[in-house]
Order: sequence, then structure tokens, then C-alpha cells
Amino acid sequence: MAEAYDVAVIGGGPGGYVAAIRAAQLGLKTVVIEREHLGGICLNWGCIPTKALLRTAEVLRLAQHGAEFGIKAEGLSFDLGKIVARSRAVANKLASGVAYLLKKHKVTVIDGTARLKAKGVVAVAGKDGKPLADVEAKHIIIATGARARVLPGLEPDGKLVWTYKEAMVPPSLPKSLLVVGSGAIGIEFASFYNALGVKVTVVEIVDKILPFEDDEISALARKSFEKQGMTIHTGAKVDMLEKGKDSVKATLALKDGKTQIAEFDRVIVAAGIVGNVENIRLEELGIKTDRTHIVVDEFSRTSAAGVYAIGDVAGPPWLAHKASHEGIICVEKIAGRNPHPLNVRNIPGCTYSHPQVASIGITEAMAKKDGREIKVGRFPYQGNGKAIALGEPEGLVKTIFDAKTGELLGAHMVGAEVTELIQGFGVAKTLETTEAELMETVFPHPTLSETMLESVFDAYGRVIHI
Amino acid sequence: MPTPILMPALSPTMEQGKLAKWLKKEGDKVASGDAIAEIETDKATMEVEAVDEGTIGKIMVAEGTEGVAVNTPIALLLGEGEDAAALKSYGAEPPQPAPAKAAQDAEPVKVEKANGAPAAAPQANGHNGHDGGRVFASPLARRIAKDAGLDLAAVKGTGPHGRIVKHDVEEAKAFGAAKPAAAAAPAQTGGALVPQRLAAAIPDDQIIAMYEKGTYELRPLDNMRKTIAMRLTQATQTIPHFRLFVECEIDTLLEARQRINMRSPKDGQPGAFKVSVNDFIVKALGLALQRVPDANATFTERGILLHKASDVGVAVAVEGGLFTPVIRGVEKKSLADISNEVKDLAERARKRRLAPHEYQGGTTAVSNLGMFGVDNFDAVINPPHATILAVGRGEKRAVVKGNQIVVATTMGCTLSCDHRVVDGALGARLLQAFKGYIEEPVTMLA
Repeated sequence: MAEAYDVAVIGGGPGGYVAAIRAAQLGLKTVVIEREHLGGICLNWGCIPTKALLRTAEVLRLAQHGAEFGIKAEGLSFDLGKIVARSRAVANKLASGVAYLLKKHKVTVIDGTARLKAKGVVAVAGKDGKPLADVEAKHIIIATGARARVLPGLEPDGKLVWTYKEAMVPPSLPKSLLVVGSGAIGIEFASFYNALGVKVTVVEIVDKILPFEDDEISALARKSFEKQGMTIHTGAKVDMLEKGKDSVKATLALKDGKTQIAEFDRVIVAAGIVGNVENIRLEELGIKTDRTHIVVDEFSRTSAAGVYAIGDVAGPPWLAHKASHEGIICVEKIAGRNPHPLNVRNIPGCTYSHPQVASIGITEAMAKKDGREIKVGRFPYQGNGKAIALGEPEGLVKTIFDAKTGELLGAHMVGAEVTELIQGFGVAKTLETTEAELMETVFPHPTLSETMLESVFDAYGRVIHI
Repeated sequence: MPTPILMPALSPTMEQGKLAKWLKKEGDKVASGDAIAEIETDKATMEVEAVDEGTIGKIMVAEGTEGVAVNTPIALLLGEGEDAAALKSYGAEPPQPAPAKAAQDAEPVKVEKANGAPAAAPQANGHNGHDGGRVFASPLARRIAKDAGLDLAAVKGTGPHGRIVKHDVEEAKAFGAAKPAAAAAPAQTGGALVPQRLAAAIPDDQIIAMYEKGTYELRPLDNMRKTIAMRLTQATQTIPHFRLFVECEIDTLLEARQRINMRSPKDGQPGAFKVSVNDFIVKALGLALQRVPDANATFTERGILLHKASDVGVAVAVEGGLFTPVIRGVEKKSLADISNEVKDLAERARKRRLAPHEYQGGTTAVSNLGMFGVDNFDAVINPPHATILAVGRGEKRAVVKGNQIVVATTMGCTLSCDHRVVDGALGARLLQAFKGYIEEPVTMLA
């Protein structure tokens, strides 16, 4: 006997479970089908556990710089097993929290793998592979997420060549590490391992690290990483990996055309992701895909009526908060509400390295390419009292305004806690404030957030503290 | 925070009114669009509709209270998850009696020439000049509107709670604000929209001076009225119209209609429909355009756009004006689909909830006044359309068939054509094809 629901969500990650809770709030009978673990990659193997690891790196770094703050801490060491265990505990705590939230909202959870069977019908296989009862639902939301992209010649083996998953639970600390790809995931792992004393080399095919960030911010971050001991090759790629017994010999094709052969204990491949579009039987219902992503409209509707796709599987930006928001919009549309489509330019992106990087909107280069007349403001952390007091004088807040309308086109930040600050510009952008309202806003003193105000002032030639 | 429900202005000039009757009581749940109270003015009694959903937390103005000023909170609406405790945080104010204000002088409405936007009254400090209510707009929207000389009161907000956001202002800039009237897209004739005067050749002051003060009421132009005035003045001044008239016999059609509707699933069931004569007309006109594709066209100075699909507008009278939502690809749609789509669009047009893409474009439109007992009339083309079909009522009339006078139900149809793109013979062929489908509806299946 098939169970009938209003909404069936395939995948319990940050897109799927949020969509399910919103659906339940709107009075829809909802089921989530999850094949592995509620919370998805984000909670279990992504955003959250890496933040736990990076917090360790931060604590260690502060302790190492204790003398600077008048703290004597000698003979510092760390226990890798405990570092990883804490990260796992944090992930598990949150994942069980998701189970509780779904239960609280009376969302049914089925442990199993779902496939589209027919219009409005999902076939489910249990964890043992045996078929469970079909699920009938008027609306089916595909939120199956994505996985690491595999590059030919760089196939992960889980031992010497890692993806994010192995990199998160290292059994022992490698002495040297090659990170392929300098997006947020690559840079965060590079930053973590570098902090623990691993000799880290980052190879990026584009000519800058953090390729989606503003050039200036990217360059500043690079300078800081290099100062901390990382080796970074941009405009470069890994030609070949030769696996040895407990190390890998990598042939790097560098920017200047030279080839460099170097040996690394471990390799992390973080060269983008691909959507999990396989084995859902999308073709059966004629659902269009574009490479590895499901094609959707602004309300996450696929080419088949009654089927929706949200989050990573529906295309970039690959961010948990984008997935959650899409889930909410998708469900509100299903429930006959009148939600607003997501404005991609209002989605902030964060990288939790040291220093942190955060941004929203378009970069200076993009604005210029659009042919816009712009005003650009910059304010360095050196001019901020709180940053100096924290001992974090490295950082920059860059703001880009449309010269004609005063629209905040983009904000780009590097420095301590910028991932917590960026939401201020997010609110500003969503509310469509111009420079005038930002300048009228009173920012508390002394805080890092004052750098945001000063950056706005600077864009209009009114900066105070430079 | 509970949301206050404010005393609405039922007309642009209304300053106060009587709260005649509460249709909901405290504790009742309301959905957006539910009637919650009746308001009476000297002119009319109207229902107040809930804008948001929630629960009526507190009624602040008792039934029967007279002289309640516009914008006075009359009740508090509790949102999702809010309980009555939230009411305490809201400083409930007693209703303010409307200030006794001298009757407004019948001052001529100032008409500004606006470039690219319909002429609008000058903006008074961001206040909506029509009902005195605050205009909610984002700072960016305000600035763009100011730079473009746009009146925000003329812009429909699509942001949260109807807030005007950048997108709305930019759209208003591109298409001309308000644009609720029949013709949404700017006329294709002169590139940039030429500033247009709304009124006739005689200056307003002179016109107004011809009537004794106090013998009339001045109703300010709302945006829909302004747009209608501008577009249709433009249409009659720039489009060389000519008209073709035919009488169609519709007995077969009426019978077909009855047989089709008998087969509809029960009302409320999925797939239910009730096809009207007008739906047949829309379908027939769409098919006729496919048969005579040269008439499925739009005139521009850069060339004639020959359209592939038959996109047919349907004029819908709404309070204070009209909309012409467009049914796309009529040739491919079934009568039932057309019928349900027209119904949906008309309903939303009446609530003024159509999205611009739903009433822009198309090459022709159907205007039907048969239900008012009009036998025959002709209509003004809505730019950028090439034609418009005016339809009168179906009536039993005496007709001559083979030297016999017999009774037949006939319906007068007048096609107005834009001579720049549809010449006499072309228009005649279109009308002939249309008449063929109407008189032998079964041929629509071919």
C-alpha cells in the first residue's frame, strides 16, 4: 500500500530538511526520504565538522601566539584523535537535532534510497536494498545534493588521495599535503592542516585562489596564507599522480610552463562538485538536466510538473544556505503562497580559513565588465581599534556601489570574523539600502563592524580613520 | 507584533467613513482576501478584505461607529504563532475622529508631462497623493524613481507587504508606470515614448471653468485611468483604423456548447469546465489567425513582426477600468483550457493581481459587450495589436434563407484593423475565416 503525502522530499540535507519543515508548517503532509544521514553533507561531512576542525586550528594558533598577549604557554602539543573526535561529536549532535526537528514538525522520515517511479510516485529501497512501500506525493522535491568531482588521473582512493570526507577524519597527520583546488573547501582544509604544522601546497588552475572572490581580496588572502607557510601555485595543474607506498609523487604543470615533480604524503582533491542526478530515474519523467544538474526555474520547478529540485543538485552556487532558502521558496510556491525568487547576487559566500573571507554581490571586475560606473570603498583592519585589540590587524573591507543609484553592488571582506560580519551587507542588499542609509546607521564601537561603515564612507570620499 | 488593520480609503477622496458591520469576530481566523468588515460612506458600502492571513486579535472600532478616519487602526491581526499576549505589547489607540476639514477645493488636477512614464501628479514627499497613505518603497527604489522623475504612487510594489523595490521601479521605467490598462506595451511607432497630454485640446482650466463650482465632484485620475487615456488617445491618433462588420449565425455553436458543457466533470472536480460563447470566439479568432497568418502581425517602423502563435487578448472590465490579459497559443489549446484560463485571468484582473507578462503582447483582442445587450459596436485597437474584434449579443433574428424568412440566432462582430499592417482584403479574409469557424464550430477540430 502506498502512503499518500502532499510533499515528498528526497534527501535530508540542509535543502531537504528545511523544505520539509517549512512544508509541515504550511500544513502539508510531508515525508523525507534519506539514504544516509539526516543533515546531509553539510551537517555530517561538510560545513559543520570542518568548522569544528578550524576552531581547533584557531585555538592552537592563539595559544601559539600567547606570548603576544602575555600568556606563557610552553610545550604546546595537540592530540589529533581528540580533534577529530570533537568534530565528529559536533556533527552527530546536530544531525540528531535535525531528527528531533523533523519529528517535532510531524514530518515522516524514511531511511532509504528513493527513485522516481511515475508521476507522483516514489519507489523506496530500504538500507538493506529491499523495496519498501511506495510513497505517493503530489509534489516531489529532489534534494539529493552533490559529491566531489573526480578528475581523471586524480581519482581519490581514500588512503593517499582524499576527498573532503577522508580529509575530515585523518587517522594520522601527514607531513606534507597537496591540495588540488582553491575554492572554499580546498582553502579551508589547507588552512586547517597548515595550522597543525603540515607542509601544505595548493594548486589552482585559475590564476587566483578563491576564484569567485574579488581579485584584491583573493590576492590579500593569498599573501596571508603564504606568510603562514603555504605554497600556492595558481594557473597551474596537476598533470600526474604516481602513488607510492605511503606517499604520492605529483607532476605539477606550473604557470610559467615549467614542470615540477614533488612528493606529498597525502593529496586532497577539492576541484568542484557534481550533482547527484544518477539513479533517481530523472529520464523516466522527462526531467531535463544540464551536465550534472537538474534544470529548474526560479521557483525550483523542473521540466516535469510536480517535480522540483533544490540545492546543489539544482546548480550553483553550492551553498547550504542557498539550498535551505530554495527549499523554503519552493515549498511556499507549492502551498500557493507568493514567495520571491532567490536573488543569487544576494547570497553571501564564506570561507573559514585564517584569515576568513566573505563576500556578497558582484566583484569590482564584474561591475566593470558590466560597464557600470562604480564607486569603490576600502577600509583596512589596521584602522580599526577592535581589530588591533584582538591582535588581528590583517584585513580589508571593500564595498562597491553603483555611482548613479547608490546601490550596494558588492561587498568583499577578508580578515577576522568577516564571515559573521557579511550578513550586515546582506540585510542592506535585501532591503535595497543605498550608501545614504548605511552611512546613517550607527555601528557600535569598538567592533570590527565599524570597518564596514568606514568602507562605505571611503567609497564616497568621507572615510574618517585613514 | 500584531499587524494593525487600517480603515481603508474606498475612494481617493474619502477621509472618513462608518464602520457598518463586522463580518468577523475576535478570535476568527482570516485568510488573505476574506471580507472582514463592511464600511459605509455617503456613496457606497464596501467590504474590507484581509490583506494578510492571521487571527483577528482585537477589534478596536465597534460596529456602527461613524466618522472613522482613514488609516485609523480598526483591528489587530495576529500572525502565525502569535497569541493574544502579543496584543499587550501593542499600544491600542482609540479611534480618532476625522478632523473637520474644509471641503477640498475643486482645484484642477495638475498633469505633468513625464518621459517614458504616464503623466503623474508631482510626488509629495513620498506620500501617495491618492489616498494619503504612506508609500512603502526601498531606499534604492526611491532614489531610482526620483532620478527618473517617476511617481512612486504610480508604481505597484511586489516586495514583502507590497513594498516597492528596485525591480518594480525599473519595470515601471521601462514600460511606463501603472500600465494597468488595455495596452501595456508602448506603441511601437516612435522609439521612445512621446510625452502625451491626457486631456483634449482645450486646456483643463477652461474646461473646468465651463461648469459651475459645486455642481460636480472632481475624481482625481488614478493610474489606470491615466494609462487608458494616454494609450487609447495614442491609438486613435497613430493607428489608421477601419472596421469590418459581419453577422454570424450561432445556433450550431450554441448547441455544441451545450453538448460540450454537459460532458464536463462536476463543478469543483478536477478538469471541470463551463465553456462560454466567448471562449468559442477566442478559439475561432486564434484559429483564423493561423489560417490568415499575415494578419497575425504587429506594425513597427523597422518592419512588420509576423507572429507564429495566436496570442489573443480578452478585454476584462474591472472596477475603474479594464485589463486585457492575453491567452497564448490559442490554436493549440482546447476550449476547456481556454475557458479555465480566461476565468482565472479575469478573476485575477479584477483583483488587479495580474503580472505584466500576462497582459502584455498579443496581436489581437476580443471585446464582448453582448452581456449588456449591445447589438453591435466597434472597438479601439490596443497597441501593439493589429486588430480587435468587438462582439455584440447573440439574438434570435429573422433572416432570409432561400427566399424564406426563418429564425436564426445571430451575433454581430466588428473587426477593427490597423491599416498599416492589415489591409481591407486581409482583414476581410481574417473575418471570413473567423465566421467560418463560428458558424461551423466542428471545423475547429480540423
